[in-house]
Amino acid sequence: MSAQPQPAIAVTGLTKVFGGRKVVDDFDISVPRGAIYGFLGPNGSGKTTTIRMLCGLLTPDAGDGQCLGFDVRREADAIKAEVGYMTQKFSLYEDLSIRENLDFVARMYGVAGRKARVDRALAELGLADRARQLAGTLSGGWKQRLALAACLIHDPKLLLLDEPTAGVDPKARRDFWDEIRRLSKAGVTVLVSTHYMDEAVQCDFIAYIAYGKKLIDGPAAQIPTMVGLTTWRVSGPELGKLEERLHGMPGVLQVARFGSVLHVSGIDGAALEASVRQLEAEGTHQWSLQPAGLEEAFIYLMAGARDNFAGDPAGAPL
Amino acid sequence: MSGVFSLSRFLAVLLKEFIQMRRDRVTFAMMIGLPIVQLLLFGFAINADPRHLPTLVEVGDDGPLVRSILSGMDVSGYFDFRGTVEGVGAGEDALRRGEANFVVVIPDGFERDVIRGLRPQILISADASDPSAVGGAMSAMSGILEGAISQTLSGPLAGLANGPPPFSLVVHREYNPEGRTSTNIVPGLLAIILSMTMVMITAVAIVKERERGTMEMLISTPVRPLEVMLGKILPYVVVGYIQTIVFVLAAGLVFAVPFEGSMLAFFIGFNLFILDNLALGFLISTVARNQMQAMQLSFFTILPSVLLSGFMFPFAGMPGWAQALGTMVPATHFIRLVRKVMLKGAGIGDVSAEFVALTVILVVISIGAMLRYRQTLD
Repeated sequence: MSAQPQPAIAVTGLTKVFGGRKVVDDFDISVPRGAIYGFLGPNGSGKTTTIRMLCGLLTPDAGDGQCLGFDVRREADAIKAEVGYMTQKFSLYEDLSIRENLDFVARMYGVAGRKARVDRALAELGLADRARQLAGTLSGGWKQRLALAACLIHDPKLLLLDEPTAGVDPKARRDFWDEIRRLSKAGVTVLVSTHYMDEAVQCDFIAYIAYGKKLIDGPAAQIPTMVGLTTWRVSGPELGKLEERLHGMPGVLQVARFGSVLHVSGIDGAALEASVRQLEAEGTHQWSLQPAGLEEAFIYLMAGARDNFAGDPAGAPL
Repeated sequence: MSGVFSLSRFLAVLLKEFIQMRRDRVTFAMMIGLPIVQLLLFGFAINADPRHLPTLVEVGDDGPLVRSILSGMDVSGYFDFRGTVEGVGAGEDALRRGEANFVVVIPDGFERDVIRGLRPQILISADASDPSAVGGAMSAMSGILEGAISQTLSGPLAGLANGPPPFSLVVHREYNPEGRTSTNIVPGLLAIILSMTMVMITAVAIVKERERGTMEMLISTPVRPLEVMLGKILPYVVVGYIQTIVFVLAAGLVFAVPFEGSMLAFFIGFNLFILDNLALGFLISTVARNQMQAMQLSFFTILPSVLLSGFMFPFAGMPGWAQALGTMVPATHFIRLVRKVMLKGAGIGDVSAEFVALTVILVVISIGAMLRYRQTLD
């Protein structure tokens, strides 16, 4: 590790307590420069709180580390100047026009050559001719693009994106991720939280968080191997009935339906195979072994997490 | 879509409302607190027939008749003797500074002149810029004087007690000779309008930022708290200026309220008052969670400004504890200042006490607001 340059983010033991409950518990993360790092986890798992601590909006109750070479506890102001933070909820002024919003944010960061920079952002957005439209009248997809443009206006070195594509149509999501990859190639480090598996697979690294704890992290491609799942794919008639039979068979930990196929997964590969062979012998379904995917891995992790945290008030519906 | 009333649906809604009410602590406290406070204020603090009004005397004679008159005034409960004044203009100064509501002048050789049948005059100068404060006291005067006469003028002088009074009472209603209520109300109204709008607008403007989530974006940028605070407050100072200009013009043109005193004193005073209100609005914004709460809390602060400041009811007529509460309200001092400057022609020196009070309140509120303001979301 010593040969590598300093990571963009390196924190250890990050903890945040709200009302006696650990929302983020002893969180470590190291994000290499220029990487796309994905935060995955269910709602209320502490993703937003973690991101807010990284950019100085919240003061950690414990833990320390650096973000872009600045101390996360003491140098929040320096971090803010170099970070672009896109909030989960649209947080530009709905009663300002598109240009006024971009101009306001540019002023906040003291961007040099502000007018030219705003003009360029408007041109890149393709909104130059609608610059005087009120931001509140934009559709969800356009709001998201405007928000991204606003948090890029000061050319930050690190982008923190909190569920940026929630409620955005598939085409806009794809465009959005093209932009993220382009930025990453240009050297911008991107930390993005998401619920979508198709977005998770686009990340270089992934951390999975549940109930404030990091369950696993690593390069996206290695996560399923790290979890150690074996997955069988099965297709054929009456999958519903088959699914019921599979539950409770030796070695079967989870059965997940993907369109017209079932993915049957387990940790104990030998026991799972024995169960599969038994059903395969009936000859009604087509079975094939396949490498476990991210989605199976996360469903498995979630199930485990729920067990570990049973009785935790975090899991209780509000 | 049946029109039948469902008891279970109704109860579910009712329960939900109670739960929401219980979680919204500020609103809950307001709902409980407001009626209680109003009851206390209306029940105890407000007195349309104010007594114990501060009174100064200028005595040129201290014979038994004069002592009888003064003790009669004292016993009546309307007048509280605060001391004596001497010399030309001293009583007038005290009235203008608001140290007394009445100055009673009894001329030299008063009793001797009464006995000689010269019908001397007693002069009472009353601060009529607040007509309701002096009205009750003045109407009680004739009874007080009759009592004093019949007690003192006995024996050989009893003849004087019958027939027309042996002396006359002259009342000067200073500053508002016609006793018009609008002359009193209008300058006070400026304080109420300014506090209502300034506090509410500031509180809501800042809370709105948090409620809509834009505060999160704002504080994720390198912007400093003071920049946010000043940047959000200054536009409303301008609004306050416009309100004041419109108001002073309207007061003069519509209500023919005079503007007798120093413009500079007025200018300094209303700037201090605007700052007081903006700081209060900012403080409220650090407490309120949403715009609704901000509105309610702002409205809550209006009540003492209306009821305890001497705007609607004479300050001197309130009991001591209510006066103490009223002293903490910026509007109290601003109303005094405006009445002194507009009606009594006061200069900067005459309103220095109000300047001090408004400044002290400003410092206290600002410290509170800065302590509560967070640059993080913690």
